[in-house]
Amino acid sequence: MRPIIDIDHISKRYDSGTVALNDVTLQIEEGEILALLGPNGAGKTTLISIICGLVVPTGGTVRVGGHDIRRDWRAARKMIGLVPQEIALEPFETVIDCVRYTRGLYGEAPDDAYIEQLLRSLALWDKRQARTRELSGGMKRRVLIAKALSHRPKVLFLDEPTAGVDVTLRREMWQVVRALRAQGVTIILTTHYLEEAEDMADRIGVINRGELLLVKPKDALMGEFGKKRLTIALDRPLAALPGALQGRGLALSADGATLFYDYDTRAERTGIAHLLADLSGCGIAVRDVSTKQSNLEEIFMSLVEDEPAESQEVPA
Amino acid sequence: MNWRSARAVFNHEMARFFRTVWQSLASPVLSTVLYFVVFGAAIGGRIESVEGVPYGAFIVPGLMMLTVLQQSVANASFGIYFPKFSGTIYEILVAPTGWIEVTLGFVGAAAAKAVLIALVILLTSFWFNGVHIAHPFWMLAFLVLTAIAFSLLGFIIGLWAKSFEQLQIVPMMVITPLVFLGGAFYSASMLPPFWEGVAKLNPVLYLISGFRWSFFDLADVPVGVSLVAVGLTILVCMAAIRWIFLSGWRLRE
Repeated sequence: MRPIIDIDHISKRYDSGTVALNDVTLQIEEGEILALLGPNGAGKTTLISIICGLVVPTGGTVRVGGHDIRRDWRAARKMIGLVPQEIALEPFETVIDCVRYTRGLYGEAPDDAYIEQLLRSLALWDKRQARTRELSGGMKRRVLIAKALSHRPKVLFLDEPTAGVDVTLRREMWQVVRALRAQGVTIILTTHYLEEAEDMADRIGVINRGELLLVKPKDALMGEFGKKRLTIALDRPLAALPGALQGRGLALSADGATLFYDYDTRAERTGIAHLLADLSGCGIAVRDVSTKQSNLEEIFMSLVEDEPAESQEVPA
Repeated sequence: MNWRSARAVFNHEMARFFRTVWQSLASPVLSTVLYFVVFGAAIGGRIESVEGVPYGAFIVPGLMMLTVLQQSVANASFGIYFPKFSGTIYEILVAPTGWIEVTLGFVGAAAAKAVLIALVILLTSFWFNGVHIAHPFWMLAFLVLTAIAFSLLGFIIGLWAKSFEQLQIVPMMVITPLVFLGGAFYSASMLPPFWEGVAKLNPVLYLISGFRWSFFDLADVPVGVSLVAVGLTILVCMAAIRWIFLSGWRLRE
């Protein structure tokens, strides 16, 4: 199947020498949710801005639905909707006029029935005659989503859609995104909230210092990089780890009451059965056992921290 | 070319004009009426007629031009600068909308507003000065073409400006002096020969002269030259705007 977005060796180098993106290649399939993760200044917004036409790349090509974004820009842009990171709305305009305006900009005929359906789905219909400056932050974000969807795009870019949004509104936003995916819209989102990516994305891409470090299905990423930790609560605290248990990757808590054992879930043998047997053999009674999967945040941190700390500046 | 996009921008800009109709329409009309009262009715009564035209009527085309030039530049420059300032310019840049549609929308709206204001001033002037229009078609043609030319210039200023100060400085320091020195209140033939020659270096003189000709059949320069001047201004500005959008100067990174 042909990807809906085909990014081929895209680079962006500014006149100052700063490399914002370095030879990024990525294919995005139709109907998926791709989350782009990376620290501030990693290049996430630059990548989105290039695809949407806000930033001109210094190298490489991008095709959206088979249309080159530079040669066949009208057809490519018609397929895209963008929700920017910053809330940018004309303050004195009403919600419904805002959305109608964006639809008109995309060259679409007026369709008040669709606009009504869109505003209702985003819980904005009751506010349609309100001026945007009168809205709360969460509502303004939803207006931006309504504008981005006003021309029925096939691809929706959400640049930090829930930044600065409280937990309740964030969850509402996730519901909106899931509903869009159910309608077949391809969604690319950048986020700082790893929980967001973990909860919503089909695939996750990690960008750091302008390089795309990896792109993997979320489950594969969690499985490959994720470790599980076995926590063993002891009946009685230990002063030190017995000799028979040394060299087994066990760690003893400071109070001596808990043992920690990290293991790879994909390994043929996790070693848990032997460990429990050896504990019993050493006369150590176990009070409780629990396991915890490492989360995306820990995986992300390990990936980004493993990167060599190179300068972004390129000599002239 | 996508007419719906151009119409969307045009309607959006006109809606802003009508949202602030007192500031947009009443304020420039009131200012010009004050000119009619002071220069036309009060001082004009003590000034001899200019080339057979009563002074109160003579200044009407100049004052209309003054308003059209100021309003065209101000409307078009603010129209495109405000989205840059507020960040909403992104949606114009990511839309499948070319420079020609964006320009038509913004400049068309700015010119339409300026023409509307000028026509209200003209109606007002009938009451004050009893103005007669010798060539109504050419009067309208000069009015519309000049509004378009200066809206294009204002659009360039709005694209160039990085601050509200820059947005104000060109109209204040360049456009207004050119209009005042372009014969809004006098005929260039009233100046000594040297200053008449200097005045003819001012492009605005050609616009006011052509416009005044359409009213009174009187012109400082041949009407054809005035038409060429306004046509050239439109072409040069269009070329500059095309370059700005295609290169992304001050618009895209």
